Amino acid sequence: MFNFFKKKTKSEPEMVKQDRGILVFANTSEVIKAENALKNAGWEIRVMGPPPEIRSGCDLVIEFPLIEEMSIVRRLSEINLKPTQIVPVTSVLLEPVSLCQEKEFGKYIMVRAANMKITVDRETLLIVNISGGGCPDVPYLAEQMVSKHLSDAPQPRDIGYTLCAYALQIAYERVKEICLA
Amino acid sequence: MFGIIGAIPNEKFPLIAGTVLLEKDRLVIGDENCAISRGTPAMIAAAVETLKYLGKPSPFCFLVGDIGNGKGCIRLYKHLAEHLPETAYATLTFHYFQPYVVSFQQVMDAINTMSVRPTLIADAGFMYVAKMSGLATSFDLFTPDAGELAYLADEEAPHPFYTRGFILDEKNYVPDLIERAYLHNNASHYLLVKGETDYIANRDGIISIVNNPVEEVLEAIGGTGDTLTGIVSALIASGMEISSAATMAARVNRLAGCLAKPTPATQIIDIIRHIPQALEEVLGKEDLQGL
Repeated sequence: MFNFFKKKTKSEPEMVKQDRGILVFANTSEVIKAENALKNAGWEIRVMGPPPEIRSGCDLVIEFPLIEEMSIVRRLSEINLKPTQIVPVTSVLLEPVSLCQEKEFGKYIMVRAANMKITVDRETLLIVNISGGGCPDVPYLAEQMVSKHLSDAPQPRDIGYTLCAYALQIAYERVKEICLA
Repeated sequence: MFGIIGAIPNEKFPLIAGTVLLEKDRLVIGDENCAISRGTPAMIAAAVETLKYLGKPSPFCFLVGDIGNGKGCIRLYKHLAEHLPETAYATLTFHYFQPYVVSFQQVMDAINTMSVRPTLIADAGFMYVAKMSGLATSFDLFTPDAGELAYLADEEAPHPFYTRGFILDEKNYVPDLIERAYLHNNASHYLLVKGETDYIANRDGIISIVNNPVEEVLEAIGGTGDTLTGIVSALIASGMEISSAATMAARVNRLAGCLAKPTPATQIIDIIRHIPQALEEVLGKEDLQGL
């Protein structure tokens, strides 16, 4: 179980684990259910012992490709599973960005979350631009969402796959709060 | 030869390698074509316009369709790892891509076996994975925005989404973040930090600052960072020294944005159309002999 903390060998690059994340669940049976679902769907995941900092009674976590967090969470929600925590492997103290920054350009409002920005025309409630990000679903999300009404646009969490999409979802929810209040 | 590697936001777009052309508002490569929207298509279009202005051939592109599930990118990573060693590129620009560390390391291993190591430029997903892999210093130029720079500066963040709040704070000015990114070896040899003010820097500090003309709404327009990467890549591929190319590209990109008389609803194609005029105004006065 504690191989997770084994000393790195020379053949194991220093930063190689930076693309992995940990799914923490309320109990072991949820971990097993999640493991079966994710492995059956083809994800490369591993059931591991949790690092001490996030032990909360459960002695198992799932290590997963961090970049695919969004689609993994969506798959789990389809079987009514919700992780209690999702954290990167390299630092269990890191939290996802939750802070949104807002900027007004006349009748337009832009909301930024992490590396993603969404801009809405406050008069028409049309999404006029999406910028930022670096994962390949960002241009795809922009194509699907730009020029759509804020209420009718597909949500990033429904059609995106990556952490960039997750960040855009946060910005999208915030701009909806502001514009549809 | 100048190569570009990136993803097209269309799941059906095949893995393709070839010289790209600009026809009306579409990119054409072999029998395939795609709209010039934000992302890699915008970057390529800006590069093509710049090369055309300089009288140089269009870039050779390695492209694949991917909408974020990584399926296309995995195939292209494999293709690159197998075929890059046989090729000779003076400049390679890496753009929107799924950041898979192990596959990326295989591509870098392949680059290390090329007879002449190309100048390496990365933006977007490839910049993320370069840092994730601990290979940022293998690159010659990154083109981050302020948020992405904060990610480079945060030695613990595995993705911009996890950049720690104290680094994202606006009180942390760009020069401090640049210094911190170099301190932890998470930056390329040169940085072109795009934003309200553009900074060109290296490990020794800020080399130049470009903040004119000012068009604040460009921040909202998707693709303005992509066009900057396309312009600077084309200038470097044409033989311009990296820091000069970065300074020129920042001026050209800002001017093209300004000439488009943008609003926050302007689309990137409207700015790309003004790149030739901006190039003429910025580079027309320069001595371009030797490029």
